[in-house]
Amino acid sequence: MPGSTILEADRVSLRFGGVRALTDVSFAIQAGEVFSIIGPNGAGKTSMVNCVSGRYRPTEGRILFEGRDITRLPTSRRAALGLGRTFQNLALFGHMTVLDNIMVGRHHLMKSGFIRGMVHWLGGARQEELAHRREVEEIIDFLEIQHVRKAPAGTLSYGLRKRVELARAVALRPKLILLDEPMAGMNLEEKEDMARFILDLNQEWGMTVLMIEHDMGVVMDISHRVMVLDFGRRIAEGLPEEVMADSHVRRAYLGEVEETPEPETAG
Amino acid sequence: MAAASQLPSGDFRTSYAADMTIFPTRNSRIALWIGLALLCLAPLVFGRYELSLLIQIGFLGIAALGLNILVGFTGQISIGHAAFFGFGAFASAGFAKLGVPVALAIPLAGIVTAFVGLVFGLPAARLKGLYLAIATLAAQFILEDFFARARWFSGGVAGQVTENFSLFGFRFDREETYFYVVLAWAVIMYVMAANLMRSRDGRALVAVRDHYLSAEVMGINLAYYRTLSFGIASFYAGIGGALYAHYILFVSVEAFNILFSIQFLAMVIIGGLGSVMGSLMGAAFMVLMPEAVQSAAQALQGGALDRALNLGNSLNFLREMAIGAAIILFLIFEPDGLARRWRLIKAYWKLYPYSH
Repeated sequence: MPGSTILEADRVSLRFGGVRALTDVSFAIQAGEVFSIIGPNGAGKTSMVNCVSGRYRPTEGRILFEGRDITRLPTSRRAALGLGRTFQNLALFGHMTVLDNIMVGRHHLMKSGFIRGMVHWLGGARQEELAHRREVEEIIDFLEIQHVRKAPAGTLSYGLRKRVELARAVALRPKLILLDEPMAGMNLEEKEDMARFILDLNQEWGMTVLMIEHDMGVVMDISHRVMVLDFGRRIAEGLPEEVMADSHVRRAYLGEVEETPEPETAG
Repeated sequence: MAAASQLPSGDFRTSYAADMTIFPTRNSRIALWIGLALLCLAPLVFGRYELSLLIQIGFLGIAALGLNILVGFTGQISIGHAAFFGFGAFASAGFAKLGVPVALAIPLAGIVTAFVGLVFGLPAARLKGLYLAIATLAAQFILEDFFARARWFSGGVAGQVTENFSLFGFRFDREETYFYVVLAWAVIMYVMAANLMRSRDGRALVAVRDHYLSAEVMGINLAYYRTLSFGIASFYAGIGGALYAHYILFVSVEAFNILFSIQFLAMVIIGGLGSVMGSLMGAAFMVLMPEAVQSAAQALQGGALDRALNLGNSLNFLREMAIGAAIILFLIFEPDGLARRWRLIKAYWKLYPYSH
């Protein structure tokens, strides 16, 4: 169900000294899509997501979010626009409880500053806290993490932590959610749960998803469109089955397949 | 029978509001009120000396809490906390000299110190770890030098005499009465800190400490919260210093040296980094331990051990050595401080007589 363009990358290049992490990458994500970026290790997938979330500033090119140029916008101001993300390596607030972690996601939606926070009962901080707590509980319920609500995030298992991180990103009510390898290191069952959550977020919560994932089965199953990066360049983009059939992709990413000769060279 | 089968098997909360309280169980709230009531009776029971110790724990505990917000909750470092404590003391004495009632001078001193802290906290928006430590060390020396030279502010090396706390014509000029002033401030400041930590901005501070990159993605402005943390810490230091000034009644620059700053750090480490009540425990430890060591030393004086080892005057140094040893032992055996030990004790009694 593609709609208007929500995110557009316009000839984005990123260099670290002499290393070219990204070269002239352009793509556009439609509102309502599940858009996946795949590619071999070091292809620049995470660099691309970091450019969108604000961690890196592209050396050249522009990034537009809902038509607005956000290339130079400070990272902390992107949450309020509707950009949320999870990290490849877990990035939870380890000493805080799961509940508090998710409540941090409400940060930009809450108004009480430190003075109102300190007086708690006066000035409305308490009411605000309770109202947001209700919303957060819905997310906890949706991601099925009720039983660890009060546990410090650092003590959870890997799969649960991934789920809490997703909950935290969902809590800020993003229009576009960036998922950097949401299923890395998970077993089959956990992957199935995660795929279900991502689909629900997309279909029921109306979030557009930009996902990096290595598990090709998952990518092919839940993505509307797929982009392939290799050595920082876009080598293919399209429907999952088109991308899978693309010879460049097969060579770069999947490795050459022995039984079928290369289409170009095959006489 | 029926009643017995309906005994609660745990601590249940049925509303989000009940889940948000600072003191989570009914028993802990009862204990709190009893504790406060007992403290209110303290002047009837204790002598002036014991009360002076409690007053010290009060104002040091307030300042230590400020440092804990900075170091324990936000994950910054400051080795200039005593300078802000001193600034609050001088500022409050200065306001009192200008004719401001002392009851008003104390919060004003806190606010002024908070702004000074914000200025010195600006580097914190960019610096981390050792570099920030050195920057706060600079704050310590700059402020110390300022105290010694700015005679209009601090009376220079001669120091500043100030007056007693008074409210509606009543002078709180003895330990028995000033104790209540410090107690009231300590309760207010601790409740405010506990409230802060269960609010949006308190969570943001901890988020900055735990993972600043993802905090930023959550919409948290790192520079703002790192600087804010210095402001809040300095506010607490300023209030603590002001309470000190109107207790001692004479403020002098020598008191606020770097050793005192290190002692504040020791308080929050011993009490427990990232624990509100731990700050008070740490302050109490640092005030009471020298007393304990002192009396131990006095007991040893002239005793068999003293004569055998020929300790003599070196007993006096025992005090300093014991403080150092305590810090080292805490770092090794209880890096999470007294607060964690206290939690373990509570957990033990909760399940008593079962072990699990």
